[in-house]
Amino acid sequence: MDVLNVITLLGNFLIVPGLTYGSQLALGALGVTLVYGVLRFSNFAHGETMAFGAMITILVTWLLQASEISIQPLPTALLAMPVGIAVTVLFTLGMDRLVYRYHRERKASPVIFLIVSIGVMFFMGGLIRFIIGPGDQIFFDGTRFILKAREFKETTGLNEGLSLKMTQAVTIVTAIVIVALLFWFLNHTRTGKSMRAYSDNENLALLSGINPNKVVLITWVLVAALATVAGTLYGLDKSFKPFVYMQLLLPIFASAIVGGVGNPLGAIAGGYIIAFSELILTFAYKRVVLYLAPEGTEIDSLVQFLGTDYKIAVSFIILVIVLIIRPTGLFRGKTL
Amino acid sequence: MSFLLGQQMTGGYGAADILHDCTIGVERGEIAVIVGPNGAGKSTAMKAVFGMMPLRHGQVLFDGEDVSGLRPEERVKKGMGFVPQTHNVFTSMSVEENLEMGAFIRDDNIQDSIAQVYDLFPILKQKRRQPAGELSGGQRQQVAVGRALMTHPKVLMLDEPTAGVSPIVMDELFDRIIEIARLDVAILMVEQNAKQALEIADTGYVLVQGHNKFTDSGEALLANPEVRRAFLGGV
Ligand SMILES: Nc1ncnc2c1ncn2[C@@H]1O[C@H](COP(=O)(O)OP(=O)(O)O)[C@@H](O)[C@H]1O
Ligand SMILES: [Mg+2]
Repeated sequence: MDVLNVITLLGNFLIVPGLTYGSQLALGALGVTLVYGVLRFSNFAHGETMAFGAMITILVTWLLQASEISIQPLPTALLAMPVGIAVTVLFTLGMDRLVYRYHRERKASPVIFLIVSIGVMFFMGGLIRFIIGPGDQIFFDGTRFILKAREFKETTGLNEGLSLKMTQAVTIVTAIVIVALLFWFLNHTRTGKSMRAYSDNENLALLSGINPNKVVLITWVLVAALATVAGTLYGLDKSFKPFVYMQLLLPIFASAIVGGVGNPLGAIAGGYIIAFSELILTFAYKRVVLYLAPEGTEIDSLVQFLGTDYKIAVSFIILVIVLIIRPTGLFRGKTL
Repeated sequence: MSFLLGQQMTGGYGAADILHDCTIGVERGEIAVIVGPNGAGKSTAMKAVFGMMPLRHGQVLFDGEDVSGLRPEERVKKGMGFVPQTHNVFTSMSVEENLEMGAFIRDDNIQDSIAQVYDLFPILKQKRRQPAGELSGGQRQQVAVGRALMTHPKVLMLDEPTAGVSPIVMDELFDRIIEIARLDVAILMVEQNAKQALEIADTGYVLVQGHNKFTDSGEALLANPEVRRAFLGGV
């Protein structure tokens, strides 16, 4: 009984949230890794691209809500997301046309690109705050819980409850669908393969007649779509606040680098590794210990490795360790 | 006039010229071999013929047409194929995907061409699902040649196709190259193994410091005492 309670406790506070947060990081890291693999720079504007995509989705969601269009029990935001993706794709392509293309034609070094992307990041951050404001935006609607903790307790008779929020289920399912589509595209379509070829060996790709402009275009389209989905899912699950997306940049880059930057499989693995590390290290194990310890044991502390305030430090530490021990990441990244 | 002719090519990567008035050509169904010491500009000459490097003087004629102004991929479309000296396969992609990428400019069915490459290099069929980067040196070179063959080029340019392979594999590769030439393909090849390469060459070019030092039939170059002493290790 105690063991079942412990499993439920961990499931509720570690596994479900870890899978959710991990999926969000994985989608974000995939975008970073695609830019790195094809365009060969670290895109610091990716967090803001996520925020931008989420913002457009929110605006469309409000519009839909005002005209009382919904897809109960699912959140309306899912219906608005395609529009968010479309607008973000256009915006991203515009940014490429206005900013990145100039440096690409001059064959600028990756460091220049990185700094340029920081400029884009600040610009987009300003634009987003200008349009939707710096505050918290709540746009979730639909059914809140698929599985309520209380119901779970009543049915199972356990002390601990397991709950599954709609946003968590939507996040995990959407991530699986998007990742499956992306991998199918990269591995089984001519265009996807040409992207991998370009990422693998630019010169040979040119010699084979692969059009670099088309590869760049497709890459930005995919990146914008991934960013919008990741940004929207994160906003649905937590809440939308522009500032948070800039903070997300660290765990997202950590995910991409831990897995091997440039490698999509690595980005996904990295996302879950970072998410679970953060949760495992900041979880308070007090109740777990109480279940397993002999009756009557008393514990004053929370039995926590790190306070939740240090969450962000976890990504940072993992990032540093990986860069020292295995800079190419788990999957030896470099190409798609 | 030759089927493919790089005529009086002069140019380099920056201010200094690497090639000086260098001329290289090859006929259909024949094998032309470029030999010379390291740094002589052999790879540079190949890149110049393929349009991967600007020329200050000279031109490249292909099938009677001046292609000097065309980009490399446009030359591929015209019927030229190139296997660079290094980085000549997509290492993270499977053997078959490498061949598919070789045929990227084609819109028709490529299955027959893939089958032809597998006939020429049977080992590749066995390894078709394996990433090219995991293959041995000789197998990789076969993938590289196979990739270039996918467009059915009328001229195939090979920059040191036998670099880093064992003598047995080298003979194997040379046999295959002769086979390709028999299909009426013009072969222009740079080789470090000068003696063996000149033995199968219809025409040989000895390049030194970007100049044509000797140009003759393969046989004549092998018989030339000066060439033997300076470039064939004195034997
Ligand atoms: N990409 C390059 N940029 C500048 N110089 C180069 C480049 N490639 C080769 N060179 C120089 O051009 C000369 C000829 O090189 P290369 O054509 O590769 O010689 P080979 O193939 O005969 O060994 C060398 O001096 C080399 O240093
Ligand atoms: Mg060379």
